[in-house]
Amino acid sequence: MIGASSTRRAAHTFGGLIALLLLSACSDPPQVRLYGPDAYPERLSAWGLLERRGDALVLGAGVEPYEIGTPLFSDYALKLRTYYLPPGTAMRYRHAESFDFPVGSVVSKTFFYPTRGGAVLASSGWDGDVDGLDLDEQRLVETRLLVRQTDGWDALPYVWDGNDAYLRLTGDVRPMQIALADEMVPLAYVVPARSECASCHATDHTDGRLQLIGLKARHLNRTYPGSPGNQLSLWAARGDLTELPLPAEVPRTVAWNDPNADLAERARAYLDINCGHCHNPAGAADTSGLLLDAHTTSFRQLGFCKPPVAAGRGTGGRPYSIVPGEPDQSILVFRLETTDPATRMPETGRSLSHREAVALLRKWIAGLAGECA
Amino acid sequence: MRANTMPSKSIARNASTLSCLLLLVAGCGDGGGSSDGSAAAARSYEEEFRLALETAVPGDVIEVPRGTHAFTRSVTLNTDGITIRGSGMNDSVLSFAGQIAGAEGLLVNASDFTIEDLAIEDTVGDALKINEGRNIVIRRVRTEWTNGPDAENGAYGVYPVQTENVLIDGAVAIAASDAGIYVGQSRNVVVKNSRAEYNVAGIEIENTIHADVFDNVARNNTGGILVFNMPDLPQLGHSTRVFDNEITGNNTANFGAPGSAVAGVPAGTGIIINSNDKVEIFNNRIGDNKTANVLISSAFSAAYSADRETASEFDPYPEAIYIYDNTFGPGGTAPDREELEALRQAMFGADGSLPDIVWDGIVNPDLDNPAQVICVEDDDATFVNVDAGNGYQNPDTDIDAHTCRLPKLVEVELALAP
Repeated sequence: MIGASSTRRAAHTFGGLIALLLLSACSDPPQVRLYGPDAYPERLSAWGLLERRGDALVLGAGVEPYEIGTPLFSDYALKLRTYYLPPGTAMRYRHAESFDFPVGSVVSKTFFYPTRGGAVLASSGWDGDVDGLDLDEQRLVETRLLVRQTDGWDALPYVWDGNDAYLRLTGDVRPMQIALADEMVPLAYVVPARSECASCHATDHTDGRLQLIGLKARHLNRTYPGSPGNQLSLWAARGDLTELPLPAEVPRTVAWNDPNADLAERARAYLDINCGHCHNPAGAADTSGLLLDAHTTSFRQLGFCKPPVAAGRGTGGRPYSIVPGEPDQSILVFRLETTDPATRMPETGRSLSHREAVALLRKWIAGLAGECA
Repeated sequence: MRANTMPSKSIARNASTLSCLLLLVAGCGDGGGSSDGSAAAARSYEEEFRLALETAVPGDVIEVPRGTHAFTRSVTLNTDGITIRGSGMNDSVLSFAGQIAGAEGLLVNASDFTIEDLAIEDTVGDALKINEGRNIVIRRVRTEWTNGPDAENGAYGVYPVQTENVLIDGAVAIAASDAGIYVGQSRNVVVKNSRAEYNVAGIEIENTIHADVFDNVARNNTGGILVFNMPDLPQLGHSTRVFDNEITGNNTANFGAPGSAVAGVPAGTGIIINSNDKVEIFNNRIGDNKTANVLISSAFSAAYSADRETASEFDPYPEAIYIYDNTFGPGGTAPDREELEALRQAMFGADGSLPDIVWDGIVNPDLDNPAQVICVEDDDATFVNVDAGNGYQNPDTDIDAHTCRLPKLVEVELALAP
């Protein structure tokens, strides 16, 4: 144990302290407990971050849900994201990088699907209402934790089975049937092994340290569903976030599915969150010379008329990553459309093709001017 | 190196960790959910091996027992100082024939790594990929697609990329749809005593600085040994020595994916040097390669970029190529390129052959001395500049302008424990 259980805000006041001492009833929220790297609990419930009680999912005291503008696609799973800060601490704003969290912070992401009959449903999003979530109509699949230890972030995959989720360092495969728009398809849902968490979260592949991906200003600069006001302003107001600049100075990427946003910005937002963790100048995929993070400005590095390096049959028989005006000649589109594990991108975390996003990228590439020599 | 000096304790420790996990998982069935068969999966060797890698600490030796072990997902190692050791490349087999997820068989993101005496078969993508890391030893490892050459096979067999101090010794690589042994963007590399067969490219050294490739056998590939530089990458390569190898009969039809770099390799090529500098080719036995025993080209005549844009900072010209003391067998008898075949017939007759060394002749206009490009000191070697830059109009077999010497490259010394 490296931290004490408490609610963060309750600990600030004497009254809160009394309340804390009185907490015991089952209707009270779970209390967060922290563990060192050698003592991770087998059960997710032991963390007190979120708990299944009957058909309700209850967040721990001081556990705050958040939402990002453009999420990573994970086989149409819905995601509940939360952060927890130790009492009296705050995260520090950073402009481009992920926010700086204090030791003892825990970030969680719970993957779930709406269900109908025996199948799960492909869904485009949810209303963010944790209290309104009826687990009789949802299938919880996994909860991934990122735990801020003294020497950095540690990743832990928990897999749901009944009323709790269990630590599975080696990941898992959960066979299910998923209802897409017009068909029912089998889905071998893959829970990543702990090492595979680094496949995305070691955004600097040379140092190999795990980093947060979604908890960056440009992704968080929006409202939480159903809640008034900007998330970052709320966090700053309640003391969770320090050094937040004036709103006009905070970057913001558009939502990939916002029909009113600029097409190119939507495409870049999607590539940033789905590809940029590896395809950046320090990432695992810098070996390809293809850079898809938000900060890349070179058209060549973005794939315009760029031949593949070591793609093997990942080229799909196409000449360049992006051929302006020609989505069917662009390797990038092939990589996102295929479900072949040898050639699909991202390499980890996707078994199905994200049809709506492929349609967006097709439209973007079709509208690009220029041609390759 | 730590892996070789630390006691081998991992198996017992990992086995007990596994039992522990199993007991805990088994004890948790109070939720009424089904386990979806994961308990059965947890008993497999796949899960045991995966858990050993997930819980490994520096110094661990993970032993792979005899037998063919089925894997359904790729396995990742992120811990430095680990040794993975089997009982022999024909005895300890990791088979990925039923793979449903992961782009590699075994992916290693770590330093001080040794893998030896095992095989990795039938992966959907690359068999063994090592992405960034120092002090890498790959010894007596076989990577193979057991169905033989097929466009649907994975791209690379043994694939270290952005690595430093790399020893590949006694490897066997068969039927990769790109390169059997592929060293990319690395530094200080030795590839020796290895055999590459029925791949598109047998052994490929790409964008790598200081590599020694010797005592290998490259045969029955589309191209035997390739020394390439590709554009758009963080590092351009130079200084590769290819010597004492047998590079024969590389005539397998190209089965590389269209669009990939090796899809442009003509079937029947012994050695190809493309856009790379300071390459020394000596004391090899090279023969029975029907396009050419040695092909030297710029990026402009490589099919991967012939009609494509090249990054402006890229050096597309091969330079300082030094060829000497090789033994050439027959070659160039039936080139797998229309223009080369036409040239063969026009210059050497219906029964003639292209010379041993075929060069596209495209030079950096800033260079005025062809000796800066290629020097040949092979008594019996024949040579042709095919003048590819001018539509093959003035091919020239005069070797005199290239009879010269270049400073020899130094031996690659690896900072590895024996």
